[in-house]
Amino acid sequence: MLHIINKSPLTNSALDSCLRVAQSGEILLIEDAVYAATSGNAFEGKIREAMGRFRIYVLQPDLDARGLADRIIEGVLPVDYGGFVELTTTNKTCQSWL
Amino acid sequence: MKFGIVVNEGPYQHQASDSAYMFCKAAIGKGHEVWRVFFYHDGVNNASRLTEPPQDDRNIVNRWSKLNEEHGVDLVVCVAAALRRGIKEENLAQGFRISGLGQLVEAGIKTDRLVVFGD
Amino acid sequence: MSNIKKFMFVNRKAPHGTIYALEALEVVLITAAFDQDVSLVFLDDGVYQLKKGQQTKGIETKNFSSAYRALEGYDIEKLYVEKESLEARGLGEEDLLVDVTVLGRAEMGELMDQQDVVLSF
Repeated sequence: MLHIINKSPLTNSALDSCLRVAQSGEILLIEDAVYAATSGNAFEGKIREAMGRFRIYVLQPDLDARGLADRIIEGVLPVDYGGFVELTTTNKTCQSWL
Repeated sequence: MKFGIVVNEGPYQHQASDSAYMFCKAAIGKGHEVWRVFFYHDGVNNASRLTEPPQDDRNIVNRWSKLNEEHGVDLVVCVAAALRRGIKEENLAQGFRISGLGQLVEAGIKTDRLVVFGD
Repeated sequence: MSNIKKFMFVNRKAPHGTIYALEALEVVLITAAFDQDVSLVFLDDGVYQLKKGQQTKGIETKNFSSAYRALEGYDIEKLYVEKESLEARGLGEEDLLVDVTVLGRAEMGELMDQQDVVLSF
């Protein structure tokens, strides 16, 4: 399953909840969730830990818009909107953690 | 593949409708079909033809209308959510139609993937 | 059988502060008419939607909490609540206004993986 997150993990528990409930799969960080894909913040450890269980993607245009393209955590995979579409087709279902 | 899209937030206030639009465009560009976009909650405000963004900004409502015109994307606004928020036939932008929640369920049944954009 | 899909509605938001819970319930009721396999999940603040004793007179909004009790009449009987979400809020099954199945987080994750369509509000 593809888990889509759109909130910053520093102000909202959506990503935390996803990591708690989902056991494996793929996670795509979009909109304000792209902050979770960057290094140096208080959530970085949790993302690095989660990378053992999940493949984690980040929507590059959202990262660029927020001026953090140079802070992407190594191992988090950048995709464009085409890649986003691709992820929804390669996974049988997708869930937006709103 | 056949896609259904759900938009739960209004234009300009939240990035959800921008993300949904960019997704639709990319999907169509890859040869997929976007069968229906269903607008729910404050998402119904995407259908207001009274929207007038500044000249130098994107026109979110017109962008949706164009998607309907050029690619036949069915733009459905939930009637109950719309009436609550003052969206009616008389202020509906081109290409949108107002219908029931059953259209959302139908999108879930008939499409290969349903992707939700919201808050 | 091929026309029946597994629909899951994931509720993660508290009631009253925003309209999401109420409008999610409206979708669920409509889905019942389509003879699909419907599950409702309550996670995080979503569990507050099921809290007993909600009284909305003082805020002059619709008290839709009783509608969760009507779900059974629509043959919607699969209501799941995550154990960890309940515990984190100091709630137990006895605090809820309907009968639910309480699942641990891992079981909940597995259940999500089995769905065809996941709608979240």
